[in-house]
Amino acid sequence: MTKKPVTKALFKWIDDRFQIQDLVEFLRHKQVPRHGKSLWYYFGGISLFFFLIQVVSGILLLLYYKPGEDSAYEAVQFITAEVEFGWLVRSVHTWAANLMILSAFIHMFSVLFTRAFVKPRELTWITGTLLLFVGLGFGFSGYLLPWNELAFFATKVGTDIVGAIPFIGDSALQLLRGGEDVTGATLSRFFAIHVAVMPAIFTLLLSVHLIMVQRQGMSEPENWKKLPEGDKRYMPFFPHFLLRDLLIWIVALNVLALLAILWPSELGLKADPFLPAPAGIMPEWYFIFMFQTLKLIPAHVLFMEGELLGIFGFGLGAIVWMLLPLWIGHKVRSSTVSLLGILVIIYIVGMTIWGFLV
Amino acid sequence: MNRDSAGREVSRSRRGFLNTLLSVSAIAWLGSVFYPITRYLFPPESHEANVRSVKVGMVGNFEPDSGTIFKFGRKPGLLIRTPEGEFRAFNATCTHLDCTVQYRQDLGQIWCACHNGKYDRAGNNVSGPPPKPLEEYQVTIKDGEITVSS
Ligand code: HEM
Ligand code: FES
Repeated sequence: MTKKPVTKALFKWIDDRFQIQDLVEFLRHKQVPRHGKSLWYYFGGISLFFFLIQVVSGILLLLYYKPGEDSAYEAVQFITAEVEFGWLVRSVHTWAANLMILSAFIHMFSVLFTRAFVKPRELTWITGTLLLFVGLGFGFSGYLLPWNELAFFATKVGTDIVGAIPFIGDSALQLLRGGEDVTGATLSRFFAIHVAVMPAIFTLLLSVHLIMVQRQGMSEPENWKKLPEGDKRYMPFFPHFLLRDLLIWIVALNVLALLAILWPSELGLKADPFLPAPAGIMPEWYFIFMFQTLKLIPAHVLFMEGELLGIFGFGLGAIVWMLLPLWIGHKVRSSTVSLLGILVIIYIVGMTIWGFLV
Repeated sequence: MNRDSAGREVSRSRRGFLNTLLSVSAIAWLGSVFYPITRYLFPPESHEANVRSVKVGMVGNFEPDSGTIFKFGRKPGLLIRTPEGEFRAFNATCTHLDCTVQYRQDLGQIWCACHNGKYDRAGNNVSGPPPKPLEEYQVTIKDGEITVSS
């Protein structure tokens, strides 16, 4: 690299103090395997990109948003109707939320199918699943913030399910809602969770996740690893992979802008606890598969309440999924892993479509 | 007997005692940090008196075969006037997952939009996910004015 004298001097100034030459060497020599499945590598980066968009657009929304039963809906209305480009900022925040979750799901399954989660990357997988769960929490808590009818009843339903847990259900419900019912107190809580608690936890997990990825390098798919040394093709991380990453981010930004402009998010009617629930109450699409499953379980299964069984099922499922690398190691055949992944995808996609249809 | 770092003999019981003391104070310390936080997270009991009865209006204001949501304290209630002209009142909170129900003239039933739960005019769950009948309130009519009480 040829550097202009100023840059060179600056680099030397910093290097003298922080010894960053090592880091540059590391980046210069870092290689990324190149193969047919390379495309899937980008979805982690895309999820990251959408998260950054969420941070920026979320902070912009914060400048005008006012939590509270009497002010939240009005503030969002003000943002979309009066603030210049307010509708765009809000629309970007809603769309990027959906795209972030979607690309995180894709990222997770591509990690599963390429078997990149087995030793030594167990902790990367675990932090990754936690990131997805926190992402879902972001979506759930953000959904209530505009305080419209749809969000109000969806949150009532979503939190009421928690109340079914034996022994601690009532306390958990109180804790989550800030009282017995979904009220302004719930809104304040969700606001604090959405803009302070979740960002802190997410940032922490994300840093750990990314540091581990950098430290270990990208995994090499099995059949690619078996190739003779000469046939393995690599791409330098810096600048090649990074530039492609940037290119894809630009594509992602364009897709986001297109969606946000063509289908700006709607606000609907203000929540009113003294109006009946309107038709068409739905959780966000990424919760529908769970919701549809809960609907299918009969009210009573043996001695248990159906909902309870559902909650336990999903809780257990989430834990098993998070700890997948503990059950599935190198010895398990890749076709078995792929089958598992395909079954889970069929289940999630199938239930989601079903949920939308009925 | 154990020895300390300087090679002196230390009685086991003295070391055990110190360890216990240390653990107990560590636990007490954690408790004094987390107990207030936990208590803080639970909202205080609301001081609003629980409403036991409300006046909802005059008989003449309600058409036969109709339903109206009214405020029963902080909760929504549903007052139904049957086609025969009788009044019935319920807690309008669906027994499934907490949505607010409504009376549907076209069905002659009480309907919950959230998951298509249905109750008959007497509040019995007749189809869909609701597991129990709606909670019924008492209706009394005095001088043409309707009072609902729990
Ligand atoms: C530091 C990061 C974030 C901040 C400061 C933030 C802030 C906000 C604010 C102030 C609102 C209310 C305005 C409105 O409803 O339009 C909101 C809504 C929302 N947020 Fe966030 N947010 C952040 C990250 C996220 C992330 C990562 C997600 C999802 C994965 C997310 C999903 C949502 C959703 C779904 C809404 C509801 C949008 C609507 O219907 O209007 N947010 N956020
Ligand atoms: S909440 Fe009424 S049917 Fe589910």
